[in-house]
This record gives sequence, structure tokens and C-alpha cells, in this order.
Amino acid sequence: MPTDVEHWKDELYGTEIRAEIERFAGEGWESIPDDERDAWFERFKWFGLYHQRAGQESYFMLRIGPPSGVLEPGQFRRLVELADEFSRGPAENPEFGNGWLDVTTRQAIQLHWIRLEDVPELFDRLEEVGLSTVQACGDSWRNIVGCPVAGKDKHEHVDAGALATELNETFKQNEAHSNLPRKWKVSVTGCDEGCGQGDINDLSFEPAEKELDGEMVTGYNVRVGGGLSRNEPRFARDIDVFATPEQAVDVAGGLSALFRDHGDRENRYNARMKFLVDEWGPEKIRETLQAEYVDFDLETAGDDLRESYSYNAGDADGKHDHVGVHEQVDGNFYVGLNVLVGRIGVDDAYEIADAAEEYASGEVRLTQRQNIILTDVPDENLDALLEETVFEEYSPDPHPFQRGSIACTGTEFCSLSIVETKNRQVRYARWLKENVDLPDGVEDFHIHLSGCTASCAQPQIADVSLRGMKTRKNGDPVEALDIGLGGGLGENPQFASWVAERVPADEVPGAIANLLENFAAARDGTESFREFVLERDDEELADLIEPEETDYDDPYLHNTKRTWYPYAEDDDLEASPAPARADGTPIPSDD
Amino acid sequence: MSIALRTLDDGAWISVNDSRQVSVSDVWTLTTGTFCDCSPAYVLLEAFVDVDVDGSIVVAHAVGQCLECGTRDSIERLPVGRIVNDDFYPYDPEDVQWLVEPDGERP
Repeated sequence: MPTDVEHWKDELYGTEIRAEIERFAGEGWESIPDDERDAWFERFKWFGLYHQRAGQESYFMLRIGPPSGVLEPGQFRRLVELADEFSRGPAENPEFGNGWLDVTTRQAIQLHWIRLEDVPELFDRLEEVGLSTVQACGDSWRNIVGCPVAGKDKHEHVDAGALATELNETFKQNEAHSNLPRKWKVSVTGCDEGCGQGDINDLSFEPAEKELDGEMVTGYNVRVGGGLSRNEPRFARDIDVFATPEQAVDVAGGLSALFRDHGDRENRYNARMKFLVDEWGPEKIRETLQAEYVDFDLETAGDDLRESYSYNAGDADGKHDHVGVHEQVDGNFYVGLNVLVGRIGVDDAYEIADAAEEYASGEVRLTQRQNIILTDVPDENLDALLEETVFEEYSPDPHPFQRGSIACTGTEFCSLSIVETKNRQVRYARWLKENVDLPDGVEDFHIHLSGCTASCAQPQIADVSLRGMKTRKNGDPVEALDIGLGGGLGENPQFASWVAERVPADEVPGAIANLLENFAAARDGTESFREFVLERDDEELADLIEPEETDYDDPYLHNTKRTWYPYAEDDDLEASPAPARADGTPIPSDD
Repeated sequence: MSIALRTLDDGAWISVNDSRQVSVSDVWTLTTGTFCDCSPAYVLLEAFVDVDVDGSIVVAHAVGQCLECGTRDSIERLPVGRIVNDDFYPYDPEDVQWLVEPDGERP
């Protein structure tokens, strides 16, 4: 039997939702009928609007998804202005204040504490500069990720930016593809470093070349059915298809339609493409695509570039991220800036926008490691740009513990998360930087903290993977983390092994410190951490993690989900100021 | 009046009459033998898979993990609250719970 969500989608979904959002916004949050809220909040997601968790009713997260994370000149500044004006909550965050932008692992921007009544103006002001929230959430084509320096990168083999843009223009607000069984995540990689992270997407285009009619053609190999969520991680599977850039849109449309028609609409937990690939196998996916969804003969896969993939790869030579100063193909430079856990306060963001406009083109690009890139910096402007004080914090040369940190939204706003994440990861990185020496030669060390098994922080592909849990300590439930080791992408991607479970969150920094000390003592020469992990079984690895309390202090050990906001002075759910009217005044309960 | 019961947001919530009432990520106390051998079992609910009503009791199908022994399994028919005169009254996760038998009454 189809789910409630499928019924709601059948009744109204896609572009028609906008008029309803604007109607409700005009009449106020209270105008949404009590018995229709679940349906409307589900539909609102299609326009990038996500109702925040319990205790924060009437407030929304708004997601803006620029393909491949490319923000053209003026777009970043507009986002900062909107965050400044509309994204302020009823309480401050002790690490970040009030008013910020979150850069996500899918190269999008998220604004929190958005009021429904403000959404029409937000839509208008985003569209004025060419930005959109369309399909940023919901059951359809999500933001298309890919090489953030496409078109400027010395490592580029095929122009991933052009394909990402064409896919975005073809499949956003496309009625035939607007209602899929579940989310549909697409990645386009064009470089030899693998920075599109295609292996963890539903559909992945990866650079390849193939001889066709006696001529070597550059294009893409196609993989399907990757994803990390729900304790069911899968790498995308090779369906033995090569597509020229001209064919790639038809292949993408065919696979999206195949998923639309054959994905499971009766069980949302079994609906993602990865499960259809599990059930059918790559061969049947290819056969069905050929027989029913494309009208030309599919080519078999070409020669790929996976051997040189280094992005987020743990032990490969080459760049593991885009942080630092790098020369572009046109002789200008791009400057990759570290954004710890992806969050930028509005005051800092204005300074970054000013610097981008003064010293470069004003373009800002977002990466899948929650960082930002300023492109098109002429050689003669580099020194002046780097002297700006804001880049002491958003540094192109950060400490490895800060550079390697990623965190999801966590219980601050998210319904699914089990633990507090962003502030905790900031505190972890700070403590590790002050107290732990990395072994010789280790310059990249990735620690990803995800609040739950949804895996938005991509924990399974980090050196140290942290996943939200709970445990009991001194008789009381406390926030805890599972610890996994040795994950990474690259030529032969590997998910982390979960070797320690339910470690109290205040003992995790001590565990990482001990792990690194044990690694330094036992490694073979210059062996990388990922190689070190691969050489050992889980039991052996578990012995190297010795959780212990240190002078690290964790203020979020209590059940942060049971608060209306974990950092409020009175954080009790009963003290919540939500729901609230547009001006922030609480709406009295009917009780 | 009929009661609208559903799981929402990838199993993050049980919604009762379009109001988010029961959240994942709480630790529920289950009596011995209902989930694992721990006595009692402190089980973190990680996701709600389905929800139903049995008489006046709202029962959830969930996935959880014991905080002591680490057993991860599905939980059938966990009582999460009661409907009284069309209003929902959630149970306290810290109170020791039983699992509802298919015929609807306590063992």
C-alpha cells in the first residue's frame, strides 16, 4: 500500500506547491490547518523548506542548492544579506552567535530560524540574483554536486560544470521527474582527483575516455546506487556505460525515469536507488535502461581515471580537499578556505564577500568538505587578499584537525539526530589542536561527526568516523558516539569499520589522542593511517582506542534533543518560545 | 473522530493527529527478555518504522540498540502512549515498558 507521503504527493506536488506556500505565508503560520500540517510540511520540502524539530515549531530551515556549489558574483553576498536579515533565532549559539550560513556536504547553503511569512520575499530576493531553493529537499533531483573548481582546474579532463548546469536546467521543475519515490542525488566529476565523490551518490558521472569510430572521445562512465544512510552504505555500482557529454543528459533522464517507475513507493526505507540496484543488479539496470529509456545504443564503459583519485582518499598522493592556494588554468589562483564545520557567522561572511569582490571576481564556490573557495584571484592580489584578518580564522592553511573536521546539523535543529554535533566538533578540534601531535608526515586527518545513521556528515568515509549514540554513565543516559576507522574514497573506496561503540562523548577526544599515539608507535615507517587500519582486524583496532576522560569539557552530555534549543539559558521544552508569529511573539497553546 | 497516526521525516517522529508526539533518540527501558537479556534493557530508539493503534494504546515498530550489550534489533509493538478521548498521552520512556502482545493486552 502506498505511504501517506505518496498520497500527499499524488494530490499536489512539484511546482504547484509554491502558490500554496505563498498563500500560507500571506495568511500566517496559524492558517495551516491543524490536520494538514504533516502533508504540507512534507510538500514544502520540495521548495527547500524544512520544518525544524520539536520545540521549534513555526521555524524552518531553508536550503539553497547551487549546482556544483558555484555561487556567481553577487550571489554569496545576497545569501549573507538574507542570513543577516531573516536567519536569526530566539536564542544565541555560544560558538556562533546569531545569524550564520551553513555550508553543507552537498555544496548547498542552509539558513535556519526562517519564518514562513518571510519566505515569499526570500524566494524573490534569491531569484533576483539567479538562486533557487527548488528541489533542495523532497523526493526528486537534489542539488547536483560536482567539481567545485570546474572550468578553472588544472586537473580537469572534461567540463563537469557544463554538464551539472545542463542537468540542473533539464531536470529542475521538470514535471516528468519531479515526483520520484525518494531523493535522487547526482554527482558529476570532471577531474582526475575525484572531488565529485560520485561513489556515494544515486547517480554518478565520472571522467572517462573511449575510442569511438576510431577517435578518442572524452566523456563519462556511469555508476548508480551509492549512498550512506541507514546503516546500509553502498558505493555506486558500475553499470558498464560510457556516455559522451551529449548523451549524458539522456542517460541521466533515462535512469531517473527508471527509478521513478520501478523504485519502491510502498516502503520509504526501501525506496532509494541503492536498494533497487541491490535487487536487480547492475546488469538488469543497464538492460532496462537500454530497452525502455534511451533510444540509442549504449556504449560500454571507457577507461576511467580512478587510479589517480585523491579527494577524501586517506592515503593517495594528490589533493585531499581544495583548501590552500592553487593555480587555475588561466594563470589566476583559487584560494580554498577552511570553514570549521561549515558554519560562517554573518559578520565574517560580509568580510569574505568584500574580499572576494575587492581582490577577485566575487565568485565563491562551495565544496563537499563544507569549505569555500574564492576563485579568479590575480597573482598580484594574492598577498593582499591573504592578509585580510578574516582569513586567520577561515584559513587557507589551517591546522589538520580543523581542516579535517566535518559535522552535520545535529540536535540543534534536526529531528533525526541523536546528539549535538557542530559545537561539539568545534570543541573537539580545538582540544585536539592544543593537546595532540599528529604523527610525522600526517598532514591530512579527517574526522567526521554525524548525529545519526542518516550520515549527512559522511562519517563512513573519514579516517575517524563518529556517529551519534547514547550510553549510560554513572547511571545516567549521556550522549555518546560510535567510532569507526579507516574510511575513505579514492580508487578503491572503503567504508570505515565501526570498532568502538557507545563511547561517552566526553571521552572521545581522549580516545582519539590515544589512538594516534598508538598509531605513531606501531605504524610501519611512513604508513598512512588508512593503510594502518586496513592491515588490522576490528578487535586489534578496538584495543588501540582507549577512551578516557581528559581536561576536555563537554557541556552537551545531557539529552539535547529534550531541549527546545540546547544552548538556551532555560532549555526546557516547556520554555520554548515556539510556535511564534512572524514578529517572534509566541503563539499561545490551545490547551 | 479517527486518529491520524504516522511516522515522519525518515522515521524521526511519530505524529498523532498531525502533531509530532514521540521522538527517536530517547532511551526506553524495557523489561527483561523483551529485547535482549539485559535486566532491564536500556534501548536507544534509532528510527520508527511504523505505528499502529491497539485498542487505546499507540504501538510503534522501531529499530533500537541496547546501551549495555549492544544488541541492535527491531522492536515490534512498543507502547509509546495512549489515546483517551481523542487526546494522546505519551508514556515516559524511563518507565519500564512491556511489549504489547498481538491480541492487545498486557501479558
